[in-house]
Amino acid sequence: MRPITYLRATDTATAVAAVSTDPTSDFLAGGTTEVDLLRQNVLNPRRLVDINDLPLTGIEGTPDGGLRIGALARMSDVAAAPVVRERFPLIAQALELGASAQLRNMASMGGNLLQRVRCSYFRDAESACNKREPGTGCSAIEGFSRGHAVLGTSEHCIATHPSDVAVALTALDTRVHTLGPNGERAYPVDDFFLLPGDSPHREHPLEHGELITGIEVPAMPLARHSLYLKVRDRESYEFALVSVALALSVMNGTIADVRMALGGVATKPWRARRAEDFLIGAATVRDNFALAARVEMADARPTPMNAFKVELAQRAIVRALDTLGDGTGPGAGSGSSP
Amino acid sequence: MTTTTPSAIGQPLDRVDGRPKVTGHARYSAEIPVPDTAYAYVVGSRIAAGRVTDIDVSAARAEEGVLAVLTHRNLPRIAEQPPLIPSLAGTAAPGQTFFPMQDDTVHYAGQQIAVVIADTWERAQHAARLVRVSYAESTPVTTLDQGRDDTYVPEKIFGGWIPGRIERGDVAAGLAEADVLVDGTFTYAANNHNPIEPACTTAQWEGDELLLYDTTQGVNATQMTVSRLLGLPMSKIRVMGHYVGGSFGCKAMIHAHSALAAMAAREVGRPVKLVLTREQMFTSVGHREEQEQHLTMGATRDGRLTAIRHHKLSPTSHFDDWAEPSIGVSSEIYACPNYEGVYRLFRANTMTPTFMRAPGEASGMYALECSMDELAHELGMDPVELRLRNYTDVDAMSGRPWSSSGQRECYERGARRFGWAGRDPRPGTRREGNWLIGTGMAAACYPVAPPANPQRARARLYADGTAVVQAATPDFGTGVATVMTQVAAEGLGVSVDRCRFENGDTDLPNIAAAVGSAGAGMISAAVHAAATGLREQLIKRAVTDPRSPLHGADTVDVVVRDGVMIAGTATDAYTELLQRNFQPDAEASGQWSPPSGDVPYGMMTFGAQFAEVAVDAELGLVRVRRMTGAFAPGRVLNARTARSQLTGGMLWGLGQALLEANYMNPDTGRWVNSNLGEYLVAVNADAPDVDVELIEVEDSIVNPLGVKGVGEIGQVGAAAAIANAVHHATGRRVRKLPITIEDLL
Repeated sequence: MRPITYLRATDTATAVAAVSTDPTSDFLAGGTTEVDLLRQNVLNPRRLVDINDLPLTGIEGTPDGGLRIGALARMSDVAAAPVVRERFPLIAQALELGASAQLRNMASMGGNLLQRVRCSYFRDAESACNKREPGTGCSAIEGFSRGHAVLGTSEHCIATHPSDVAVALTALDTRVHTLGPNGERAYPVDDFFLLPGDSPHREHPLEHGELITGIEVPAMPLARHSLYLKVRDRESYEFALVSVALALSVMNGTIADVRMALGGVATKPWRARRAEDFLIGAATVRDNFALAARVEMADARPTPMNAFKVELAQRAIVRALDTLGDGTGPGAGSGSSP
Repeated sequence: MTTTTPSAIGQPLDRVDGRPKVTGHARYSAEIPVPDTAYAYVVGSRIAAGRVTDIDVSAARAEEGVLAVLTHRNLPRIAEQPPLIPSLAGTAAPGQTFFPMQDDTVHYAGQQIAVVIADTWERAQHAARLVRVSYAESTPVTTLDQGRDDTYVPEKIFGGWIPGRIERGDVAAGLAEADVLVDGTFTYAANNHNPIEPACTTAQWEGDELLLYDTTQGVNATQMTVSRLLGLPMSKIRVMGHYVGGSFGCKAMIHAHSALAAMAAREVGRPVKLVLTREQMFTSVGHREEQEQHLTMGATRDGRLTAIRHHKLSPTSHFDDWAEPSIGVSSEIYACPNYEGVYRLFRANTMTPTFMRAPGEASGMYALECSMDELAHELGMDPVELRLRNYTDVDAMSGRPWSSSGQRECYERGARRFGWAGRDPRPGTRREGNWLIGTGMAAACYPVAPPANPQRARARLYADGTAVVQAATPDFGTGVATVMTQVAAEGLGVSVDRCRFENGDTDLPNIAAAVGSAGAGMISAAVHAAATGLREQLIKRAVTDPRSPLHGADTVDVVVRDGVMIAGTATDAYTELLQRNFQPDAEASGQWSPPSGDVPYGMMTFGAQFAEVAVDAELGLVRVRRMTGAFAPGRVLNARTARSQLTGGMLWGLGQALLEANYMNPDTGRWVNSNLGEYLVAVNADAPDVDVELIEVEDSIVNPLGVKGVGEIGQVGAAAAIANAVHHATGRRVRKLPITIEDLL
């Protein structure tokens, strides 16, 4: 029998101390990833430190127009919060297009950022996988890779980052706040997710026991005109093949400002900076959208099985820009209803 | 709810077990508490081909609570391997003719190589991870591309029931004389059943007697199969299974876990519960095989078929010649003088595939009906009209007249409900925003296959006027317990609320496994025989009872309503008859012997499917907006449960068209999508409005009540209608299932 002990933490400092001093302890928030992987023998903690009683559930608008989200705020509560829907529609949409209603009621925002990849070779606890057991090799590169990444890959790992809301947050220059054994820290969201490189087991710059306490979204007026477009095989309860988080400001037929990030195609939530650079100052015409998309995807390295994602991502980028660029208002999310 | 006779049959009666199911009181096989139960956990092979060279169980055995670890080294040999015969035959029905852990050979990934038994499920699961297995691995063959150069045409497939090649006329000549030819190769991903309830068996020995709680489509099939495997007399085995949480064919045959649970229980001297995990369900209970079908058809300019050639290629196991019979219906439902159907198989590292809802028809009709759509397009003819032109009122293969049809009515009434008339046939002409809109249709058909052996039921009426009617069949979610309550009530002449149907136990009268849409027809026949037999017995008793007001009446003049026998103005109640004669109850058995194979009729259920899709061609998205199905399933026993089955079948057709797929990892021979996160089934958000039209046709041949079944016909043709609608929307003809985003970019 694999014994697991359980500690219910009542304050943040105690929780951090408990995990950081014990390499075999893991935090337990919503449990929607941790418990799955524990049952599948991918994760083998000896102790779970339950953080659900910690006072980290707030969802507040800041006076300057930004947002503070506690790490333990549930996905469904964040998606429903009026201040989120008004100021950052793309966050609400990304949340509501993720997982299922039941999972969104359980899963925490901090846990969402730390969720593990869906690569079946990682999750089967048996196949060669550099992320699960460094140095064993990557089964996906020569294996079944339809859902795998085409951007940010390495010869050691091509697993796609699964989160939706992290894509929206990555478009918005979010900061991730933590408390660790060495005190408080704040990471720009783009630095919070690491490319696999030659160490795919290392997904974040966190120390063991370092706890996400909150997510800070800076004020960004253009985000009121934003959308999250998610393309997937079925209409609900599925990860993205391609997604686009987009906020756009258009003045006189010209793009004044833009934030874009991609999901489903990269090993981390993918800030589309090349496309952004191309688009600022460009006229809102389809040719420009297509060029921006092509520039962003130029470095894609697909496998034969996921090569379609390179084209699909470009089309999704164009669709997102088309939807927001014609000035008719924020899009309705996934494709809009037929 | 009180429904008065004789109209109980056909009413949309609420499910009699609805309340226990939704309140959690219904006990499924694995939920039945058995004192002192131990738990078995199966260890499956990680390799797909080779041998187990060593298996070290010492660490597992040393774990606290572990009672035994069974491997090929210590599992007793089976007494006898019965042949693979579909369970509808009413004999032993193993899922394959290979029983695991008899030697060190590994034929497929997931093959059982050890069973760990412990005092808790968690301990068994943990210890199973500690079993250390060494393999000598050889290169597996699992995919079509790996196997297509080494094929054979089997003499028979499908458990010996279907010939490997069927022909009539001269196909080459028929194709040569055609004005128009259509030719296509269709590819299909493998499919898995995924019922909510996984396979599970609890085995309990008392001396040399075995009790099994099993989740199965036929408790008698489990009893006979385990009897043969273990060499145990039938009289020593009882199998119970009242509620089954879905099957769709994966519980139609008896797979190894049922006997393994019994062997494990004997080993540890305690009851043992064995439940397969979701992942094990992908490797332990069969699947719909990956396949490729090549269909060529020729027609005259006025749309009359001159020839159909339909070939199929698929992998089978090392021990059985199995292919789902995809080719049968294409030989039967259209008037066409020349036909050739051939199954080609290759040996692969897979377990024997098995029945999966509409086994053969769902895939074969996809090829046939997409080809018919293409032919209609080539001819510039309406797809419904093309099908009507090739309508046949005899089975085109046997030449025997249909026992009943309804096919024309299905086309006509389905088309009317759907609003088919006036359709602009040109592809890609309707656009709504980013969405291209298209409509498509397809024929549906499913053979009526009666069981091979007599079906029996028993009816008992108590002196208080309540009745119990019994038959062995489980209810795997179709509503059979509800429907048989109605059939029994009508046969007896009592109201349904006075009647209880008891089922799911081999101590009750024998019913074959309810498979192939045969359940409603064969069980209703037995129940009807028992109930009407008891009614006749009671009437006879009354007219010969000097104290009965009916004394001396002619039995044929007596009708029964709400438990009261009536002849003209004279009445006598069942209750009064029994009570005044000091009879606590009366009982009758009923038996129905199904028509034999040489019945001079073709027996087929017909339908027609219509679908409207929206395709976002830029993003490759297909959304089904609405579906209409018109079906002629003979007599409808309960309009609500029939509609539910047909609706579910149509939605499964949607999943088959757009979502459901499993693939073999060609290097390892392991399935890729062995979980419900990656094996996609339709969710509510994918489900459109589904409209079902029931067309009742009289059929006096198939069975006494004329029931042709609704279990599979709802799925047949649905995927083709959707694919044809995708073509209409976009002009793209995708000959592949499922149709996914990359096919449409």
